Amino acid sequence: MAEKVLMKGNEAIAEAAILAGCRHYFGYPITPQTEVAAYMAKRMPKIGGTFLQAESEVAAINMVMGVAATGKRTMTSSSSPGISLKSEGLSYIAGCDLPTLVVNVERGGPGLGGIQPSQSDYFQATRGGGHGDFHMIVLAPASVQEMADLTIHGFDLADKYRMTSMILADGTMGQMMEPVSLEAPEVHTYDKSWAVTGTNCEREHNIVNSLYLVPEALEKTNFERYERYRMIEENEVMYEEFMMDDAEICIAAFGVAARVSKNAVLAARAEGIKVGMIRPITLWPFPKAVFAKAAEHVHTFISVELSMGQMIEDVQLATKCTRPVLLCNRAGGMIPSPEEVLAKIKEVAGGMSK
Amino acid sequence: MTTQILIAGFGGQGVLFSGKFLAYKAMMENKEVSWLPSYGPEMRGGTANCSVIVSDTPVGSPIVDKPDVLIAMNLPSLDKYEDAVVPGGIIIVDSTLIARKVKRTDVKVYYIPATQMASDEGITTLANMIILGQLIRVCDAVSDENLEASLKKVVSARRADMLDLNKKAIELGVNYVG
Repeated sequence: MAEKVLMKGNEAIAEAAILAGCRHYFGYPITPQTEVAAYMAKRMPKIGGTFLQAESEVAAINMVMGVAATGKRTMTSSSSPGISLKSEGLSYIAGCDLPTLVVNVERGGPGLGGIQPSQSDYFQATRGGGHGDFHMIVLAPASVQEMADLTIHGFDLADKYRMTSMILADGTMGQMMEPVSLEAPEVHTYDKSWAVTGTNCEREHNIVNSLYLVPEALEKTNFERYERYRMIEENEVMYEEFMMDDAEICIAAFGVAARVSKNAVLAARAEGIKVGMIRPITLWPFPKAVFAKAAEHVHTFISVELSMGQMIEDVQLATKCTRPVLLCNRAGGMIPSPEEVLAKIKEVAGGMSK
Repeated sequence: MTTQILIAGFGGQGVLFSGKFLAYKAMMENKEVSWLPSYGPEMRGGTANCSVIVSDTPVGSPIVDKPDVLIAMNLPSLDKYEDAVVPGGIIIVDSTLIARKVKRTDVKVYYIPATQMASDEGITTLANMIILGQLIRVCDAVSDENLEASLKKVVSARRADMLDLNKKAIELGVNYVG
């Protein structure tokens, strides 16, 4: 294993992307993800890559689209308001079936909001991220090591399914440093016969386009795309279960909320409360089956979020509302404390014993 | 054992740097560690702080709300965080910059004139490392051995001349008895 180094989550994403073979980064600075761009600015020129600070987020995502059309690995990163600006491009990329990696290190919203950590772009990320019928694969790291590992995995998934993988992190994950071990990943090869690379007059032109004026043809691309999405839901779900074997109360949390909740689960267990946690790592595809299975023995679910309650809807859908799902949340850049989560667990446990 | 440490002061005092050194030191002692800076719209002269957690088990929340150890390098930091320290915890005060005494009676308090000591030794920018040395002395989160190996991780190769000075600063703090 490679030597462990201390790195910020944002830097780990950047270095992991380089290890994954990304040589084309386009971005525009915004707190709290600016270290991704700063790292790329420092490293890319030394390894023959491209770092380009675009004139805007809209320009950056369209540059990403251009590189992706040639079959090369490429990425951009931003934070919440910047991702909104990129959403037109995200939809076009989906319509063109191009593989890209997009990072959102979320901050509080709506609007320009604040710069403190948030998870309030969950709906935006998991419901497509732009106009039209589409999805992105959404990966939610909960440590600096996962910031790196999921970036590498995200590039592979993007290539495999020809679509955008989004790393959905929050300001805490971007700014914190933890030990991380970075190694060059196993190299996988993907069919890129669709790429626009010049024909040398030896083959038909490849066309990358999202415009279909014949509705029958457009419908066909949508159905084909959703068949791929169905395969992803079947094969690519990732989650972590923590102390779930005998759990009567189940916390649902991702990212920093899961880190905070882990403290609360341990504290509640020390008091004899049977509580566990399911941490979705893929937010889309959502780990529906594990929540459905948990609902067979769990009495109450608690969704812990840095938002007004967004993932809670997926927990309700996955459990088909067979069990109560409560919300424990802070918003606008605030983070729930382990004590707040513990208090909610105790409130639920108290109600159950009555 | 888990030790939650909060280092707080003015921007420019090296609060984030000393926290990073501490995190490396703990990592190289095979401990679990996290480091989280405050990243508000801070600027030189504004307040800055960082949370460092050192543990034998994987770190859950990286946020330090209730520190076991507080290093206060200016008065606003002591005012803001004094009450947050856990009972039985430790507060280390730069007594050059903070004139008042700690009000709490249920914590251990160590006063060290780190800024004055740094000035006397001609290493005016290293009060942060002197006060960190005192932390190493009074709390067993990390040992005082092999300082150099961890320093090499945080002092850039271009500033190799700073290695010995940082080491000297830490040792001043380790050896200071108030």
